[in-house]
Amino acid sequence: MNALDKLMGGRQGTVGLLILAALILVVFPLVLDAFRLNMVGKYLTYAFVAVGLVLCWGYGGILSLGQGVFFGLGGYCMAMFLKLEASDPESTKIQSTPGIPDFMDWNQLTELPALWVPFHSFGFTLFAVVAVPVILALVIGAALFKRRVGDVYFSIVTQAIALILTVLIIGQQGLTGGVNGITDLKTLLGWDIRGDGAKLLLYFVNAALLLGCILIGKFILASKLGRLLMAMRDKEERVRFSGYDVASFKIFVYCVAAGFSAIGGAMFALQVGFMSPSFVGIVPSIEMVIFAAVGGRMSLLGAVYGALLVNYGKTYFSESFPELWLYLMGGLFIVVVMYFPNGLAGLWESHGRKWLAAFAKRPQPAVAAAPAKPAAQPVAKVDSPSTHNSLETQP
Amino acid sequence: MTATAGFHMPKPVLAIEGLTVSFDGFKAVDNLNLYIDRNEVRVVIGPNGAGKTTVLDLICGKTRATGGSIQFKDRELTRMKEYDIVRAGVGRKFQTPSIYDNLSVFENLEMSFPKGRTVFGALFFQRSREVTARVDEVAAQIFLADLLQQQAGLLSHGQKQWLEIGMLLMQDPELLMLDEPVAGMSVSERAQTAELLKRISQGRSVLVIEHDMEFVKSIAHKVTVLHQGKVLAEGSMESVQSNPKVIEVYLGH
Repeated sequence: MNALDKLMGGRQGTVGLLILAALILVVFPLVLDAFRLNMVGKYLTYAFVAVGLVLCWGYGGILSLGQGVFFGLGGYCMAMFLKLEASDPESTKIQSTPGIPDFMDWNQLTELPALWVPFHSFGFTLFAVVAVPVILALVIGAALFKRRVGDVYFSIVTQAIALILTVLIIGQQGLTGGVNGITDLKTLLGWDIRGDGAKLLLYFVNAALLLGCILIGKFILASKLGRLLMAMRDKEERVRFSGYDVASFKIFVYCVAAGFSAIGGAMFALQVGFMSPSFVGIVPSIEMVIFAAVGGRMSLLGAVYGALLVNYGKTYFSESFPELWLYLMGGLFIVVVMYFPNGLAGLWESHGRKWLAAFAKRPQPAVAAAPAKPAAQPVAKVDSPSTHNSLETQP
Repeated sequence: MTATAGFHMPKPVLAIEGLTVSFDGFKAVDNLNLYIDRNEVRVVIGPNGAGKTTVLDLICGKTRATGGSIQFKDRELTRMKEYDIVRAGVGRKFQTPSIYDNLSVFENLEMSFPKGRTVFGALFFQRSREVTARVDEVAAQIFLADLLQQQAGLLSHGQKQWLEIGMLLMQDPELLMLDEPVAGMSVSERAQTAELLKRISQGRSVLVIEHDMEFVKSIAHKVTVLHQGKVLAEGSMESVQSNPKVIEVYLGH
């Protein structure tokens, strides 16, 4: 068995990944203008969260409705570094305390809070971007999964955490910039991140990191751990009484999802130039679940397309019919969960491939179509329990 | 609690003493003593609600005891985590077949192979020749050698029961606990399962819960009758069957 082939999920998996890579690395940069490309870059930062959700929700059966927490923490860590760099004494000399971020000055702070001090170091910041959210996920995961809190209860707790963090951030204005967040980010190690050239480079860094996360996801799913996750969704007791510490696997996959989300958040802060609590709370967290659901929560690649399409729709509709968008989004989620539990990727597996095969081999469409079906079946069956799950948590 | 049942010769593999569990005051298992010897096949019978499944739950750690002790090879199981109990050598089959419907028969068996049980162990687990050989060997024992690539959810009920037994065999446990292994099986499947049990009980102790008396007769070395969480009678199948108390509460119905 070819190890690389296995990692990619066979030849189809490799082709799928190459198509996605070509799309985001070649087609988008060639076709889209700088403004639109930056927008796609922003959408792709949400795709990190969606890819993480495929692992923890799709395969692990852990529906986290608070991934915005990790996206936000990653983003805030990066934004704190950038903000400190933008707040050098020279450019903040009109403040009563020069050298600290402007919002701190407005809140009558006279020195940099201890929490901010380590974020002078870029190395520490890179470490913190991933470590802070992952450690939080580790604590939440250990507290809940070791006590066997699962299903709907877990989802509710994650919502509560998202709410708590939002309230904290908004309440601690002097420390966090409050409801406005951390704005006016200018340079990264002296390099202006606001120009078109910088944005193009950041777009590619973002795309490469996303592809890297997808590869890590594929590696996890191709390993025995991936099969264990599916086994746990089928029969958790059986896994436990086969000598596995079930909680540790859930904690692991939850931490991976948190780490991915955090990288997305940090790239968001870099590309968009600010971070605010509006990316932390319950609504953005649920939106991110919708990206994964629409794209297909059993498909790492599908989740990326889901994030792109839903966000494109959001941008389009919220420009034309701003008050309708939320209803449309809710409706979209209900339709997907009820009628297309595997999202776009599921539709592609069950129909798209068949059409493609029929199209490629006109003379014998039936023969060409036959192999596509059994491959799609197990995936479709895998989902029914959690479909239920997500419906129940949809008040 | 020390020097467990010193008068038993040879020393039992499993020694349950004074085991009690109460659910809201109801004692499902009440001051139970049970000893299982090495290489013994013991069948536990009894009316519904006698506490049979609860005893298995207590041994494997699914339910925590209110009092008493469970010693397995001198290790106290009542305070161990479920996965540690399994790793110590106790395997348990559930009443309804618990298999992974979405994985193949091969993968189901592979999941139970006692390697790669930690997060990073599983992440870097390699399907070695040793694993494949073991899976092939077990699959042949449980009559599923030709169905290794089959999706497990598509197996018949009897085959699922066998598969779960096979998953336990992969762990090579010293104590194998089976909760109604022939429930829902056809007559010929029952006979095959009896043969299977005789074969796999070589070199290990087996604790079986079963209602089917023909099946019990064909496999049991010794039978324990539970009633209201207590041992009502214990001994050979014949002695138990002729015990008036047993006939009254269980066999007579």
